[in-house]
Amino acid sequence: MHVRLLDIAHARSGDKGDTANVGVIALKPEWYPVLREYLTQEVVAQHYAGQITGAVQRFELPNLGALNFLLHGALDGGGTLSLKTDAQGKVFSTSVLRLVLDVPDDVAAAAGLPPAPAA
Amino acid sequence: MSDTPSQDRVVRVASGQGFWGDWLEAPRRQVEGGPVDYLMLDYLAEVTMSIVQKQKERDPNMGYARDFIGAMESVFPAVAERGVKVIANAGGVNPVACAHAVLAAADKAGVRDRIRIGVVTGDDLLPRLDALLAEGHELKHMETGEPLSTVRDRVLSANAYIGSTPIVEALARGANVVITGRSTDTALTMAPLRHEFGWAADDWNKMAAGIVAGHILECGAQASGGNCLHEWRDIPDLANVGYPIAEAKADGSFVITKHPGTGGRVSVPSVTEQLVYEMGDPHAYITPDVVADFTSIQLAADGENRVRVHGITGGPATPFLKVSIAYRAGWKAVGTLVYAWPDALEKAQLADRVLRERLHNLGLSFDTILTEYVGVSATHGAMAGSGEHAPEVQLRIGVRGPDRASVERFTRELAPLVLNGPPSVTGFAGGRPKVEEIVAYWPALIDKRAVTTHVDILE
Repeated sequence: MHVRLLDIAHARSGDKGDTANVGVIALKPEWYPVLREYLTQEVVAQHYAGQITGAVQRFELPNLGALNFLLHGALDGGGTLSLKTDAQGKVFSTSVLRLVLDVPDDVAAAAGLPPAPAA
Repeated sequence: MSDTPSQDRVVRVASGQGFWGDWLEAPRRQVEGGPVDYLMLDYLAEVTMSIVQKQKERDPNMGYARDFIGAMESVFPAVAERGVKVIANAGGVNPVACAHAVLAAADKAGVRDRIRIGVVTGDDLLPRLDALLAEGHELKHMETGEPLSTVRDRVLSANAYIGSTPIVEALARGANVVITGRSTDTALTMAPLRHEFGWAADDWNKMAAGIVAGHILECGAQASGGNCLHEWRDIPDLANVGYPIAEAKADGSFVITKHPGTGGRVSVPSVTEQLVYEMGDPHAYITPDVVADFTSIQLAADGENRVRVHGITGGPATPFLKVSIAYRAGWKAVGTLVYAWPDALEKAQLADRVLRERLHNLGLSFDTILTEYVGVSATHGAMAGSGEHAPEVQLRIGVRGPDRASVERFTRELAPLVLNGPPSVTGFAGGRPKVEEIVAYWPALIDKRAVTTHVDILE
């Protein structure tokens, strides 16, 4: 089943130099395991392919129901060097939420995930 | 102040400023809206030190966050009459001048006899920079590993991020206003908790709790409903947003709340969003005082607009301090034009090609030319869709490079496009883009033993 990240998580992003950090937080505690399982480093790296120059790192925060991603080379040099509108990575929080996860039907049903609306 | 710590005693630290430029009303509202013991004001971002350094070069009496003087004027009654203490890293590269400006303002307000300022210095490494390099402190860039010597002649400022210890000392010596230079944002909150509860410097879990409280408070309203994505439509009365307050106890637990009757929202989701803001490896949130483990933090709803935070653990601090170095790194300018429907994006794209060709024909070269189409792809890039039917598109072009004249010339090439480029273009009322010198950030580490802080009491 396709599940929009927008429907199951919220997020905040920020910067450290040329790295954007994106914290993705499950809207319900029981959805965190779905994030942990299906919102992988690879899925996020693929999502930002062509938009960042470096690697993606992922950290787990089960206590907060959250994952933290570091997107290296995301900010055109970052800080004052950057020519980007979003030089401080403030809105990576919402670009990550464009992701649609492919979750097995039984897992989605067990967790009560809302299905993505038909396109 | 230093009563025997009881497990139930609560110390309230209020956040009144999340950066230099934050809401001018916030400090006064925090001291007038309900009981608080400490007002914490964070003024320094990574690039702020270089800005204040430039100001100090022009005028040796400047070099600090001038907004702070107005903030102090707005809270003098609370400080002088109700014993609220203020802790701020407003000192920039000139904490002593900042303190004298506060004293002058206190004089004018008739409260000077009740103001006792603790000034923390020692973070400024610029005067010692060559000596430090000569002693073998390479101050390598933390990400690239390059030694500082590659940009030494362009360095504008160099400040060590200092921890809570000198602030604790200032409070112990009776200061009711503490002004620092480049202390960490989190130290401003952790220091009063150390002072009030007598936490030992190697009581790592308590130190970590202080840091987590500091991290939640350091961005002002970002913890209490500001910039909060979670159910944002339902966050009430942002016009009167209440800034966050930590009600801390001696055991290292605390409640994040805000004053009654204020807008915004303190909830588990709002606090969680702030906790993950600017986070690196959550297992190791490194500060001068402690390495905090953000995977230990437990949050629980504790009534309306109250979130209890507990369970925090930490480990020994590292032998290093982070150093914030600012250096001149060339020039930049960014200009914009707005193209209207139909085919707004296509027109903007043609304008971009024309402009780039002209820059090339002029023989100008830049390190980077960056084009964005605001309204289509500036924030989310290609994933946002084609922008085919956009009603309007802002073409936003920026250049950067080492040669000021080239950047200057670029700024002259935008306006002509209004008459000699693609059609249906407007929005050039702001005039020629401004050429700015780039002051870049060079993060480094230094052995803690190379940095000594001092506390002076002025009254």
